[in-house]
Amino acid sequence: MSTEGSSLQDWGIAADEKFSLRLFVAGASSISIRAISNLQSILDEHLKDRYELEIIDIHQQPLLVKEENIFAVPLLIKKLPSPIKRLVGDMSDKAKVLKGLGLE
Amino acid sequence: MAKKKATAKAADNLTFLKTPTGINGLDEITLGGFPKGRPTLICGAAGCGKTLFSLEFLVKGVEEFNEPGVFIAFEEKADELALNVTSLGFDLKKLQDEKKLRIDYIHIDKSEIEETGEYDLQGLFIRLGYAIDSIGAKRVVLDTIENLFSGLTNEGILRAELRRLFQFLKDKGVTAIITGESGEKTLTRQGLEEYVSDCVILLDHRVVNQISTRRLRIIKYRGSLHGTNEYPFLIDEDGISVLPVTSLKLDKPVSAEIINSGIPSLDKMFPTGGFYKGSSILTSGTAGTGKTSIAVSFADAACKRGEKCLYFAFEESPAQIIRNMKSIDLNLQKHVDKGLLKFYASRPTMYGLEMHLVAIHKAIQKFKPNVVVLDPITNLITIGSFSEVKSMLVRMIDFLQENQITVMFTALTLSTVINDQTDDGVSSLVDSWLCIKDIEMNGERNRGLYVMKARGMQHSNQIREFVITNKGLSLVDVYLGPDGILTGSARETQMLMEETGQVLHRNALGRKDREVLRKRKLLEAKIESLKTEFESAEEELNKIYIEDEIKRGVLNKTRQQMTDLRSGNKDI
Repeated sequence: MSTEGSSLQDWGIAADEKFSLRLFVAGASSISIRAISNLQSILDEHLKDRYELEIIDIHQQPLLVKEENIFAVPLLIKKLPSPIKRLVGDMSDKAKVLKGLGLE
Repeated sequence: MAKKKATAKAADNLTFLKTPTGINGLDEITLGGFPKGRPTLICGAAGCGKTLFSLEFLVKGVEEFNEPGVFIAFEEKADELALNVTSLGFDLKKLQDEKKLRIDYIHIDKSEIEETGEYDLQGLFIRLGYAIDSIGAKRVVLDTIENLFSGLTNEGILRAELRRLFQFLKDKGVTAIITGESGEKTLTRQGLEEYVSDCVILLDHRVVNQISTRRLRIIKYRGSLHGTNEYPFLIDEDGISVLPVTSLKLDKPVSAEIINSGIPSLDKMFPTGGFYKGSSILTSGTAGTGKTSIAVSFADAACKRGEKCLYFAFEESPAQIIRNMKSIDLNLQKHVDKGLLKFYASRPTMYGLEMHLVAIHKAIQKFKPNVVVLDPITNLITIGSFSEVKSMLVRMIDFLQENQITVMFTALTLSTVINDQTDDGVSSLVDSWLCIKDIEMNGERNRGLYVMKARGMQHSNQIREFVITNKGLSLVDVYLGPDGILTGSARETQMLMEETGQVLHRNALGRKDREVLRKRKLLEAKIESLKTEFESAEEELNKIYIEDEIKRGVLNKTRQQMTDLRSGNKDI
């Protein structure tokens, strides 16, 4: 884990591939805030500038909840690169987050 | 609306409000339905009908009570669900289009999900809340929430969230059904009963002797009276029917009206001239004693009176019965065509006893007959133990009496041992009991019929011979001979002998009469001759007497003359 570029190559992910991420949270609860900050720090550490993160408050978008089949929050959906992966929780288990994102 | 709310609130303090389910029979058992505004747990093993049950709750809610519903499916997709229930006549798509029903499928796939720490189920809450608010739902089904446990592993969180979910549902004021699959020792795998403590209903699908029966039991209903038995239920093209098997009271109406049996000579055995309307009559006998014929006569009589009769045949097909009964001059087809007679034929082994009861129940409620015939009830024993059949009959009679339907059962008695058993059990249930016995004598088998009992009626204590002719059925007085009762040709012989005797007797009497006449004539002739004899004797006697008289006159005269001569005072 010296430089991010080489690490990405090591993980078999094309250097130019962008991560498309969506984080669904329910309002500004403590768990939401925790999830956002935990995720941010992981992403900043491992995927600097290689990701797009959209944070959505499900209270504001009830229709999306059904569309995206959301029940447990916070929920992070990795749309790209495939496969689609869903991560539930406040992102405090860093190893699992990395595994979920395919950055193991 | 405001008024409605106010009354609801007022009633809330006083009585327990219930949401009628609209499911056939269930509201009777729960005395009004599920607890309003609270969750009800429906649990049971796989395939016991939980999903169907809860869907019908929603569909009936829309159709009958105009209460929109939300179905949160964890197992099946909306279109799969819709497809599964089209056979029951539920058009989920239409209800969804009318915004009366919302189906939300929550897909949970463990392989897709990575748990990365603490979470909650706010997503589900929002989804549920949105679905409820968007159509103003009053009823909610979660089928089955336990699937959450298969997708998410943090039980601590899930349990806390479930508790919150049920509170959320209560706050929303919706009447909810939560389904749960049976666990090994608990009612549900995840112990949902812990959270839903107001009303718990257990569904059961048992297979005994390869015959399946669905049953329902209310395990718990806080704050309300409810039936505590296991109630059988049936899933058919009309949805679910639960049978509220035994009513709690013995307060059925009674009638003093008399209906005839269709066999005039049988009616004569009762001074009342028949059976009471709404009573139950059992006709028992060994094989081939004409039980079905009696039952059909009974049905025929009802139809002739213009009443409706429902005939449950467990042995023969309707066509067979109609054909066979032509041989005793009963035209059933006529009644069938008029719609007065309806057959309901099913093999006993088709489904379990309870199912039969439910099916019979349903058929009766649909056709609304005045008279019901069950032929024969003993065939049902093949699919249930004796006590089960008995309890079924109790419920059946109960139901029929409540509806003032007269019922005739036929029962086959095999041997004396079973006979006694069956008879013992059924005897206390039925009001009247006709017993047909085989009387074997002189190389013949004949039928003897007697009235074993008839509640509230005097009846003949005689055994009558029961004869089946091509003109119909009738009862003949049994002849008493030196060796006991005489039936069949022995009776005929006896009758013939008596007739001969009478002729001979008459003949003998005639001869005696003539003899007397002759004797009289003879005597009369004798009297006549004696009379003549007497007359001649009398004349003879009279002749002497006159002669004497004349003689005395002449003597006197001559004596006078002599005297005169002697005295000489007279000129001669």
